[in-house]
Amino acid sequence: MKKSDEHVLSQQFEIKGGDFSNAGKTSTSIKEILQEIGIDTSIIIRAAIAAYEAEMNVVMYAQRATFTLNITPEKLCFKVEDEGQGIDNLDMAMQEGFSTATDEMREMGFGAGMGLPNIKRNADRFKIFSTPGKGTSLDLTFFLNQDE
Amino acid sequence: MSQYFHSIRIDTEKCNSRMKCLRVCPTQAIRIRNGKAIIIEEKCIDCGECITACPNNAIVPLTDPFIGLTKFRHTVALPSPGLHAQFGKEILPKKILPGLRNLGFDDACDLSPTCGEVSFAIQEYLRDYNGPRPLISIACPTVVRLIQVKYPSLIEQLIPIELPREVAARELKKKKSRQLGIKESEIGIFYLTPCPAKMISIKQPAEKGRSYLDGAISISDIYGPLLSALEEVEKENYRKDLEDICILGMGWAMVGGICRTLRIKNSLAASGIPDIIKIFDDIERGKLRNIDFVEAYSCPQGCVGGSLTVENLYISYNKVLKLIETLEFEQIKACPDIREVRKRFKENYFLIKGKFEPRPLKPLDKDLAKAIKKRKEKDDIYESLPKIDCGICGAPTCLTFAEDIVKGEAVLTDCIFNLPHKFADLSQELSELLSKFASLQPIRPNISKTLNNKDKK
Repeated sequence: MKKSDEHVLSQQFEIKGGDFSNAGKTSTSIKEILQEIGIDTSIIIRAAIAAYEAEMNVVMYAQRATFTLNITPEKLCFKVEDEGQGIDNLDMAMQEGFSTATDEMREMGFGAGMGLPNIKRNADRFKIFSTPGKGTSLDLTFFLNQDE
Repeated sequence: MSQYFHSIRIDTEKCNSRMKCLRVCPTQAIRIRNGKAIIIEEKCIDCGECITACPNNAIVPLTDPFIGLTKFRHTVALPSPGLHAQFGKEILPKKILPGLRNLGFDDACDLSPTCGEVSFAIQEYLRDYNGPRPLISIACPTVVRLIQVKYPSLIEQLIPIELPREVAARELKKKKSRQLGIKESEIGIFYLTPCPAKMISIKQPAEKGRSYLDGAISISDIYGPLLSALEEVEKENYRKDLEDICILGMGWAMVGGICRTLRIKNSLAASGIPDIIKIFDDIERGKLRNIDFVEAYSCPQGCVGGSLTVENLYISYNKVLKLIETLEFEQIKACPDIREVRKRFKENYFLIKGKFEPRPLKPLDKDLAKAIKKRKEKDDIYESLPKIDCGICGAPTCLTFAEDIVKGEAVLTDCIFNLPHKFADLSQELSELLSKFASLQPIRPNISKTLNNKDKK
C-alpha cells in the first residue's frame, strides 16, 4: 500500500445498458462529489459533460459497464469499462457527426455523433480501447493543477 | 456582517424544533442545534418553503414594514402582478392603484406595461442569440441562486435582460425627479412582493449590480389595509389608471406567464424546486437543446404561489387568467409598441448591468488532499448510519449528518441509533470500574442496607 492512499478517493458505479430511466444518475453523483471536494468549477463542468456522454454511450450501446472514479489531489480519472458490441472502426467513431444510433435514440435527442469527440474535447487525456463484439474501455484524465 | 444577505430569519423564541422546516428545505440548509432551528447561510437560496411549513410562525420573512416610508420625500408603490392575482376580476387593477395611493403612497404605478416590454426584449434577445440553449429566465431570484450554487455551468444561459421591476423603478426615478425637481435619492420606490426572495434581489442582486428599488413590502402585510382603502376609491379616478395597464404583462406572476407572451417555437415553464432540479439536470446534460426558453419559479404555480400571498395559489392562478379575459373586453392596450422596444433594445435599455457569477458551496476542506480524505470518511460514516433520515440528530438526512460530522459540526453520538453502542461501551467501562472497587472493599451490602433503612422511614 502506498503512503498517500488516504488521499485517493475511488468509487465505482454500475451502469446498465438500455436503462434510460436511470441514465444520468451516475454523472450527477460524480458531479456532486467533485463539488463537495471543491474542485474548480471549470473542471467540474468539463468532467460532468464527459461523464454524462460516457454514461450515455453505455446506456445506448452496451449491456453493462463499470464506471470507476479516481480522485487524487493532482488528477481526476474516469475509467469506463463496458461489455457490449464494441466499436468496429475507432477512427470513424471519433469523427464528429458519425453515429450508429437508431432512429429511436435520435428521437430522444441522442445519437448526434458528438459523444466521443465531445468527451475527447473535454478531457485532458483521452484513451480508448475497443474489441468488436466484446466491449470498449475508456480512460479519461483531468489535471487538477491547471498551472502545471 | 455575513457574506450573504437572506430574507428569512428564525425567531428563536417561537421555535420549538418541530423539524417541519428541516424536512422541507430543498437545499438541506437547516439544522436543529440546541433545540432551535438554524439556517446555514451559504446553502440557503431563500425559497421560503420553511416559512410556509413552520407551524409556529417562527420563520419570519424579512420585508420592509408598511409604515416608515417617511425617509423619502416621494414614495411610489410598484405592485407585483401577483397583487392583482389576489383580487382577480372582482377588483380590477384600475381600482387597486388609487387604493394604494389612499394608503399613503404618493403614487402607485402598474408594472404590466414594463412586463410587456421586457417580454418583447427577451424575444429580441432570443432571436439574435447563438449560444447554448435553452436560455433561462431570471424572474425568480431563488432560481438564479439555485443556479449559482448548484448549476454553475448554466450561468451562461441566464438571460441578461433586466427584470420589469428594475426597469420600471429606474425609469420612474428619472421621470419623477425631472417632474418634481427632486433628487433621485429622495424618491423611494417600494415593490409589493409575493415572496421574500425578491428582497434578496433588492438588497444583494445576484449579478452584483445595484437595485433601483428601495425596499419590498409583503403583499400579506398590505392586503388588509388595502381592502379597506379600496372602499374609499371614487369612480372617476379610474380612467387614467386604465391607460397604464397592458394585458400582455398581466401574466408575469404565474408560471408560463412569460412563455405565453413570446412568439417562439419551443419554450418550457416549470415551478417547484424538485421539478426545476430535474429540468436543470437535463439542461446540464444537454438534453433540452431543442428548447429555446425556460421559465422556472421556485414557488408552485409561479409568483401567485409565493409565501407572502393571501389567496390560495390555484385560485389566484385562475384569477389571473380571468382577469386577462376581462381586461380584453375593456378597451386597453394589449401590448407595447414593438418598434419602440426594438429601438430601446439596441440602446441596451434592457440589458442588466452586472454579470452573474457562480457561488459554489464551501468544499469539505480548502486543501484538496484533506477534502478527499474527508469525503472518504463521510462515506464510511454514512455506511454506519441507519439511513432512515429521522432528523433527530438535527440534520435533515443521514447523508447531511455524515457531512456535518466530517466538517466538525456534529458528533456521531448525536445519532440516537449510535447511543446504544455508546451505552454498551459505557456500561462495560462502569462494570469494570465497579469490579475493581468491589475487590478492594465490600461496599455493595452497605449500599443496599442504607437504601432499605430509608425505605422504612
